[in-house]
Amino acid sequence: MFAIKTIDLTKKYKEKTAVDSLNLTVNKGELYALLGVNGAGKSTTIKMLSCLVPPTGGDALLLDSSVKKDSQKVKQRINVSPQETAVALKLSVRENLELIAGIYGFNKKESAEKAQKLIEKFDMHEIAKDRASTLSGGWQRRLSIAMALITDPEILFLDEPTLGLDVLARRELWAQIEKLKGKMTIILTTHYLEEAEALSDRIGIMAKGRLKAEGTVAELKGLAGTDDFEEVFVRIAGEDF
Amino acid sequence: MRTLIFASRNTKEILRDLITLIFGLGFPLVLMVLLSAINASIPESAAEATKLFQIQNLAPGISVFGLSFISLFSAMLISKDRTTSFILRLFTSPLKASQFILGYTLPLVPLALIQTAVCYIAALFLGLEINLNTLLAIVVNIPIALVFIALGLLFGTMFNEKAVGGICGALLTNLSAWFSNIWFDTALVGGWFETLSNLMPFVHAVMAARYAVSGEFSEIMPELWWVIGYAVILLCVSVAVFTVKMKRNK
Repeated sequence: MFAIKTIDLTKKYKEKTAVDSLNLTVNKGELYALLGVNGAGKSTTIKMLSCLVPPTGGDALLLDSSVKKDSQKVKQRINVSPQETAVALKLSVRENLELIAGIYGFNKKESAEKAQKLIEKFDMHEIAKDRASTLSGGWQRRLSIAMALITDPEILFLDEPTLGLDVLARRELWAQIEKLKGKMTIILTTHYLEEAEALSDRIGIMAKGRLKAEGTVAELKGLAGTDDFEEVFVRIAGEDF
Repeated sequence: MRTLIFASRNTKEILRDLITLIFGLGFPLVLMVLLSAINASIPESAAEATKLFQIQNLAPGISVFGLSFISLFSAMLISKDRTTSFILRLFTSPLKASQFILGYTLPLVPLALIQTAVCYIAALFLGLEINLNTLLAIVVNIPIALVFIALGLLFGTMFNEKAVGGICGALLTNLSAWFSNIWFDTALVGGWFETLSNLMPFVHAVMAARYAVSGEFSEIMPELWWVIGYAVILLCVSVAVFTVKMKRNK
């Protein structure tokens, strides 16, 4: 059963084609990593799938709802942790969590309970009352991901979740992401190849708006004829593949 | 419900920005106290020439001028949201464009009313007689408050944080000061300046508030219709621009 299915999904900005007839299927409960160099079309794909920008051609079905025709329905069932930390800086950790729960339609009591759960899950007890602006980059990123999780999304988009974090903070976030696997469908974009290799069930590699190859890490290694995943990426994302 | 939750967040963001808040609320009050002090030391023979600075004229003027800072509050809030990924998070949520606009507008209306009330309470200590007319004057300020809120929404949607500081913090406050009859009678300048002043909403808002304070009730609505017209048009334009920007994800 698929969670996401794109059908010739296309986005053009005037003459430039950012995403070109993308046909992609992501199964329910899968963690699917989307890799590509800058300008490959990953972010535009995520923007279309999360109903931020409308496609100029084709369509995408998320849990059987079209991003073109049923965007409100789609929005209610997904959540996004954007590339940069996306928190309300003058609100406390708890207030940020309750805000997002409220915006997605949960009542005050439910929002408070959900916020408490996430605070416990992400070990944020000691900083629950602190304003987001006073947190370190790592804690802000944790909060940002917790805000995406508070609505119990069926599909979660993690756009460069560990960008700019130190090694320890990155490993801690990996552990949190690992715990989510199987509970929801996750689309992960990242520039860290080892991140995709460690976390993903399947990986799609994009270049020039097109999906060049997809599969498990082992399948991609077989396809590229090398065991070095960086070399796999270079060969597939490169011009000649 | 979603709108109210979003509005509550915006209220917290505004109230927790203490520097902007103190400046926005305090600066008009300082001006009123200073001008009242200057007015008190002017000899009675010259009083006619400076009647604009008499508290019954000055307080309604300052109450309108003070509201220009509301534009700064709303524009800063939106432009800050726009420059962070926080707005992307909100755009991927089920919030609709109309709920965004209402959520940004709602916290500012009570803030504008409180600001006007604080201005009149301060004027009480400077000799203004407080009565039911004062309450009316506070209500009469609602349309101009909406004008300033709409301008803030518009500029905050169109420009970045730096530009907004200049446009709302300097340009708009100056425009609303010069073309408003608060500091000088625009009729004394005459010509295009007076015509332009009369085409803008500020002078009409100030006159409506003065008529409310002085109890000249029949004079209020002819002035206020101008301001209401501006409020409706500017709110519609700001909603339209915000909606377009939201769809373009900028």
